[in-house]
Amino acid sequence: MNRQPRIAVVIPAYNEEASIASVVNAVNGITGQQALLTPVVVNDCSRDATRQIIATLPCIALNLPINLGIGGAVQTGIKYALDNGFDYAVQTDADGQHPPEFITVLLRELEKNDWDVAIGSRFINKQGFQSTFLRRAGIRYLQWLLKLITGCTISDPTSGMRLMNRKAMEVLYWCYPDEYPEAEAVIIYHRNGLKFGEVPVQMNERKGGTSSIQGLHTIYYMFKVTIAVVFTYLRR
Amino acid sequence: MERIQVVAIAASLLFLASVMMQIMKGKLREEYALVWMLSTCGLIVFSFWRSGLELLGQAFGVFAPLNLIFAGAIMAILIYLLHLSVAVSKLHYQNRVLSQELVLLREKLERKERTRVQEPIESAGEEPLLAPDGNDRG
Repeated sequence: MNRQPRIAVVIPAYNEEASIASVVNAVNGITGQQALLTPVVVNDCSRDATRQIIATLPCIALNLPINLGIGGAVQTGIKYALDNGFDYAVQTDADGQHPPEFITVLLRELEKNDWDVAIGSRFINKQGFQSTFLRRAGIRYLQWLLKLITGCTISDPTSGMRLMNRKAMEVLYWCYPDEYPEAEAVIIYHRNGLKFGEVPVQMNERKGGTSSIQGLHTIYYMFKVTIAVVFTYLRR
Repeated sequence: MERIQVVAIAASLLFLASVMMQIMKGKLREEYALVWMLSTCGLIVFSFWRSGLELLGQAFGVFAPLNLIFAGAIMAILIYLLHLSVAVSKLHYQNRVLSQELVLLREKLERKERTRVQEPIESAGEEPLLAPDGNDRG
């Protein structure tokens, strides 16, 4: 491929008025080297000023009419990227946890290893924000579960930073989980014969907003993801 | 005829009538109404034919024939609730696909309108709907 690959940077945003502008600006700031990055903000029916803010930013603004949850929002961005001829789509968080400089690193590794999906992992080099103890325990459980089912070791199964090519986008166009999609998506890649691998990245602590997984939600999260992972694997 | 029979028959008939009303008004889809009408008819039949209930109870080995009604009704409700959950899940999925299509179409439309504002004179005579496909973003 001689021309610059075009990458849609899908940023799902739900009530992210505090941090969305800096995330979009950071993405636009690294355009012009190996790839052409286009920020695609998917506003998941936010109740704050996210919609007004993204209308003034240099980005593609997709305002969902109803709240679909993180998975539905990311899938909207993937559909946009596929419909508009982008070569790759990368998912990043709107709260500033994912430094966008790593997108080019993900791209390089994906092209080098001939993967369909490159997953950014915090835990390979153990640099940057490492999350809290309980969260890491949950992540270890998911590692074990995914290893059991797919046979692959994924060091950071909840990482939301993922770069995918058009082949992977086409798979996710038709099936992508609504809530907490990360771990389940790994099974979807595996089931559809997509090649994927991990790339060490650094993540930051969130700049604004709160995690969607807290308190009793944690139990629900573990339960839901376990069921989803097992049944996604069993589904014909 | 005992008093309880009269009450049971009256209540069942009222229920049946309200189900029919909902269908007539177009508020209830027929496939759902079918379940409700069939179960109501069952209740009416056994309200008239009480010895039939006792016969059935003996056949199933139930001590009090009324328990058979309860067990059957609870089972029917469970099956129906599961069916509703499946229906809701399907609606949930369809809702998602629809809103995604909507937002993508709106983006395309807004982009087209923006480009038309920028070059109003050249494209004035053309059929606006036949503009080149927006697959490559300007």
